[in-house]
Amino acid sequence: MKVEITHSAFDPWQALQQYQQDLDLQGKYGATASFVGTMRDLNEGDEVTAMTLEHYPGMTEQYIDKILNQANQEWNILDALVIHRTGSLLPNDPIVLVAVWSAHRADAFSACRFIMEELKSNAPFWKKEQLHEGSRWVKKNTPGG
Amino acid sequence: MSITVRYFANLREEMGRSVDRLDTTRSLSVAEVWAEATDQLPLPTNILCAVNMEYVNPAQLVKDGDEVAFFPPVTGG
Repeated sequence: MKVEITHSAFDPWQALQQYQQDLDLQGKYGATASFVGTMRDLNEGDEVTAMTLEHYPGMTEQYIDKILNQANQEWNILDALVIHRTGSLLPNDPIVLVAVWSAHRADAFSACRFIMEELKSNAPFWKKEQLHEGSRWVKKNTPGG
Repeated sequence: MSITVRYFANLREEMGRSVDRLDTTRSLSVAEVWAEATDQLPLPTNILCAVNMEYVNPAQLVKDGDEVAFFPPVTGG
């Protein structure tokens, strides 16, 4: 399982392909579930022109590791990958990739959702939006439903 | 006893600094660390606290060498 916090832009599809290609599990997984979060240009009715993402180096990685361990205990998963951006982002930039491999789809789907929801609720990241007039810290995330 | 205090996001901006070193001779809770480091500012109601990179309750006692962090609700992903 791998957690990566990256300050530079990344291509989630390429990262997913590369990670899966390097997995020592060929023939073992029947399901790959993935989630990609992308920056939007609109939030709470305001046009957002750019964003800065801050994290707590050390604690953020440690916390996501903990989430992956929890997922591994709860579901029958074979591997998981989380990549999260920090720094300066523009609309349409990928923010986060969560991918999970398992033998059957139920475990991959459930674990992928759990990891993403836990990350959004508890992993120490903070977004600051740049608007046409000034900037603001995002106060809370939208519910995952 | 020496404590490192870190602030993140809007708290860091409001404080005008990201880190404080706190030297104290008495035993302090996380909430008391906040009060000492911020010159007795009230602890924000929605604040999150961590000691040595683990979430804790503000009543938790800190020990020499601990890193205490304060930050607002998280908004990643």
